[in-house]
Amino acid sequence: MSVAVVVIVGCAGALLGIGAGYWLPPHGRRPARNRLLPEGRRILLPFTGEEISRRSFEAAVRLAKAENATIMPAFLAQVPMSLPLETALPVQCARGMPLLEAIEQRASSQGVPVDSRVGRGRSARDALRKLLDQEHFDRIIVSADEDPRAGLSYEDLRWMLDRVPAEILILRPAPEDTRRISTETLTGHF
Amino acid sequence: MAAGVGKTYRMLLEGRAELDAGHDVVIGLLETHGRADTANVAEGLAMVPRRRVRYRDTVVEEMDLPSILRRAPELCLIDELAHTNVPGTEHAKRFEDIEAVLDAGIDVLSTLNVQHLESLNDHITELSGVRVRETIPDAILGRADEVVLIDLTPEALLDRLRAGKVYPAERIDAALNNFFKIENLSALREVALRQVAEEVGAKRLTTELVGSREESLAADAPQAVGERLLALIEPYPGAQRLVRRAWRSAQRLGAGLDLLWVRVPGKQLSEEEQRSLAALRQLASVLGARMIEEESDDLTNAVAEVASRRGTTYILIGGSRPARGLARLRTPLPQRLMQRLPGVDVRIVADRSRRPNGSSGSSGSNVESV
Repeated sequence: MSVAVVVIVGCAGALLGIGAGYWLPPHGRRPARNRLLPEGRRILLPFTGEEISRRSFEAAVRLAKAENATIMPAFLAQVPMSLPLETALPVQCARGMPLLEAIEQRASSQGVPVDSRVGRGRSARDALRKLLDQEHFDRIIVSADEDPRAGLSYEDLRWMLDRVPAEILILRPAPEDTRRISTETLTGHF
Repeated sequence: MAAGVGKTYRMLLEGRAELDAGHDVVIGLLETHGRADTANVAEGLAMVPRRRVRYRDTVVEEMDLPSILRRAPELCLIDELAHTNVPGTEHAKRFEDIEAVLDAGIDVLSTLNVQHLESLNDHITELSGVRVRETIPDAILGRADEVVLIDLTPEALLDRLRAGKVYPAERIDAALNNFFKIENLSALREVALRQVAEEVGAKRLTTELVGSREESLAADAPQAVGERLLALIEPYPGAQRLVRRAWRSAQRLGAGLDLLWVRVPGKQLSEEEQRSLAALRQLASVLGARMIEEESDDLTNAVAEVASRRGTTYILIGGSRPARGLARLRTPLPQRLMQRLPGVDVRIVADRSRRPNGSSGSSGSNVESV
């Protein structure tokens, strides 16, 4: 008798479990590895153009690995004065988004968590300032490069050193070190 | 395409041809902008006089909709489809006047510059640096039986402008220094050619599939202009990749992009999720995508409802983690969506960084392989 009760209760439990598994709302539609970011530091890697210095990227990866930090590449889009600040910027995004993708692919393949951002302002500095107003970053890594395609100007860097309450790491690659992370060889189409 | 290419001129020529064929044609509204060629070709066509509308301390001339409806011609020529009427008339926008004319059984020929289309407004604003305020919903263009592109090379248009055929002499320099730059006109031409190609493609498909125009409009009105993508997102860092890929796909298709987050009722977001959500909203705004947030326990139903409301033709979702335990018995989300939304493509966006060759790189070259 008691065996039969156990069997019946067991079957009922199994049926209940199957039913619950089928009918309950779905959860966790994303991969588990994407769910959580480490509770560590946040390293901002701002850029404005179609490429960044490979030196600054490598520095960000090294630090992120050492500190269990998240790399936060940020594309800084610039809105012309003739347009409202909230204007969509598809033409600039056509340049910036592939580089965000390239950085994310590269960092992820090295096991470093990435969380991208897009800033928008009247200038690269204004976009960066707005981004810094909204979120806290523990460290900012930029390359000292007067080439406007590569990132922020010397003036912008000076402003950051004066005003931004975060650790700032400015890298000036050797003149012969022209290696860059660019969008030209993204994995797959983008 | 742009002011001065000859839209009004072509509309008048079409009207004259219809008149010569024995049809009753009138001009409902004509804007010659002082161009003699345009005024000449309008000669011989009956015109409904404009009415005078008092607005604040001025008197403005507007199209006389009641007179057109009373006159009831077979074909009415109405210039400047995107025009905004002064307050005090029947409708706020001229395209609404035209809808009233069409509803009265009168055919209409009208003119429109491509930058006045709502879906293209942001794109053209960024290309040209000039925000066009008067826009019309794309669906209005979708209602047209025929769309004719008046194409002119940018060089030829600039020649016309310099020759005083577009604006009076005193406005030529200002025009050349502002909107009428060769790069702006080239971009507008490209957008216009593409838009009309999409129109033609959409018309061909609906005619093949359904048959008559009336049936096709009834069945597929929201889809009359191009494709629309819907990306399903959640507030976590990986969603940005999905949004970027969806946006690139939308760019290639010349389609609109919606982002949908279905929030479980009562669920509190962690600080990290709130940051991710803010970043997604900012990304959507910069890309020109529309962010939609719905609250529902039933993801499939919520997606189906939004997809049908927005005229979605593609749905993009991220990869799911493998189901475990009893969850394996549940039909996966892509299949559920395909069952609920027949005719809508469902695409699963892969994580490229997980490709086996994704980590290869060459240290010696100037461009790093990523």
